[in-house]
Amino acid sequence: MDRILLTGATFCLLLSFGYTLFALGAGRFRPGVVNRFAILGGFVLLTLDLWNRGHSQGACPINSLFDVLVFTSWSILLIYLVIGPAYHLSLLGAFTSPLVFLILLAAQLGPKGSTWHAQRDPWVAFHAALSLIAYGAFALAAVAGLMYLVQNRQLKNRKAGTLLYNLPPITDLGTANARLLWLGFSLLTVGFIAGHISGMQVSTLKFAASILIWAGYGAILLLRRLHHLPPKRTAEASLWIFCVAMLLLPAIQYLSSPK
Amino acid sequence: MNIVCAGINHRSAALDIREKFAVGAHELEETLTCVRQIDGLAGAVIVSTCNRVEYYTASICPLRVLEGLRGYLQKRTGGNESAFYTHESPASVRHLFRVASGLDSMVIGETEILGQLKQAYAAAMDYGATTRHLNKLFQHAFRVAKQVRTETQITRGSTSVGSVAVDLAGKIFGDLSKLTVMILGAGEISEKTARSLVSRGVRTVIVSNRTFERAAKLAGEIGGMAVHFDNWPNAFDSADILICSTSSPTPIVTRETIEPLLARRNGRPVFIIDLAVPRDADPSLNELENVYLYDIDSLEQIVSQSLEIRRADVERCEKMIDHHVTDFVAWSRNHTDFIK
Repeated sequence: MDRILLTGATFCLLLSFGYTLFALGAGRFRPGVVNRFAILGGFVLLTLDLWNRGHSQGACPINSLFDVLVFTSWSILLIYLVIGPAYHLSLLGAFTSPLVFLILLAAQLGPKGSTWHAQRDPWVAFHAALSLIAYGAFALAAVAGLMYLVQNRQLKNRKAGTLLYNLPPITDLGTANARLLWLGFSLLTVGFIAGHISGMQVSTLKFAASILIWAGYGAILLLRRLHHLPPKRTAEASLWIFCVAMLLLPAIQYLSSPK
Repeated sequence: MNIVCAGINHRSAALDIREKFAVGAHELEETLTCVRQIDGLAGAVIVSTCNRVEYYTASICPLRVLEGLRGYLQKRTGGNESAFYTHESPASVRHLFRVASGLDSMVIGETEILGQLKQAYAAAMDYGATTRHLNKLFQHAFRVAKQVRTETQITRGSTSVGSVAVDLAGKIFGDLSKLTVMILGAGEISEKTARSLVSRGVRTVIVSNRTFERAAKLAGEIGGMAVHFDNWPNAFDSADILICSTSSPTPIVTRETIEPLLARRNGRPVFIIDLAVPRDADPSLNELENVYLYDIDSLEQIVSQSLEIRRADVERCEKMIDHHVTDFVAWSRNHTDFIK
């Protein structure tokens, strides 16, 4: 049971990813029932897996690098399922499934890292969970940003490819990108406040990196608000900053965790 | 049971001949009644559109029915029935499946014909003119059309400059109902493109032309407002789509004109459709952020690409149709009806 649920969830995401590739090859790049059910199935299985591990650890299951990656995957799917339909971005799922699949694969095949002591302080657990959900929103903002850049390229190159007709309107993608950034930033800010209230101790390196990423997202949103950052630059920035965060934070976490 | 089809279409006859054969809604019941009196004919569906008039009938003695149909058409049109083509099963079945899928249309892959077929079939049903075989045939044809449309690229893209412009506007802005279109130069092609956009929901149209009276006339026809040509840069602030088709020998929408105006738009995108030859818009505008510039060549290139994509998929569609024809003919062999 330990890994069955996780493997099942990974398989669901692989199925969705594979179907997207197949549909793309066949010139039918449309999110289908297969995508929706595969993502929903993956989410349900991940929820059960997190529930089981949370129950056995007696705390929120974010006590190792492996846990963090699985929880982040769950957060991305959660935000997608809540936000995707609201913005009519069902195609976001086609882009989301490969990302979540890769994160889950990294969780299963990558270094496990040591297990930190279980977070029983509710503020610390709240801080950790909220921060990871925020990164789920940032991940989807990056995906929406990528879709924006692809659509922008199609429109600028004046090529009527399959993607042009199946990707959402570029204005909607720009709006979704900005709103997801706001959502992630708000959650991360609340997460930071919760961390501060808990009085938790973190390494200076981790603290500095976290603040840098938070300030980076804040700067993007401020510049966008003041109309100094056009949607294309916002999309690029959200993609870059997410990639940096995904490389930096797990690396710092891995290096600073007790060996 | 044999399916017999007799018809005339855009390929077999010119419009002046086709219009003589047209069967209007007011005379459909009477025509169906007359056709059903043909000896050996079990049921009939009449499809009458601007590009085709076709009679689909079910019979166990096709030769007698064909002869009867010829006689009826001769009487109806005064001897012009030679332009008619005729098919028997399985060619008639394949023909209907091709028609339903848009493969026999003037513009390959057009989808309007499917709706027209559905209407024709529903009308024949209402008048009690269909039989089990015709019901099965038409329902099968609708299934084939759906499969062909969803599993191939036969309906992909747009096939006219106006519809490409509308599609692109949708891919840039999404909802068109809140957009403002500005026409610079009240030419025929810009008017057509603007009308396409208005038909898809655009509500506000601004027309600017060197001759103000002409701008006012077009604005009146479309339901927009006219602006003096010297004032177009000011009116541009509220425009989302700019359609240019002036006869100016040099570009009038230049970087120098547009860049200060873009700064005031707070990142709102603009779609410039340059239909003029020589071009009205500086091609380098496309390099600016939030500006999407399409000239007449790029729009026509998209039309050609769409048609090419559609043509490339015809063979795949034909294979799908062949498969369905085999299925239907096999079913038909196993379900023989007797004439009423």
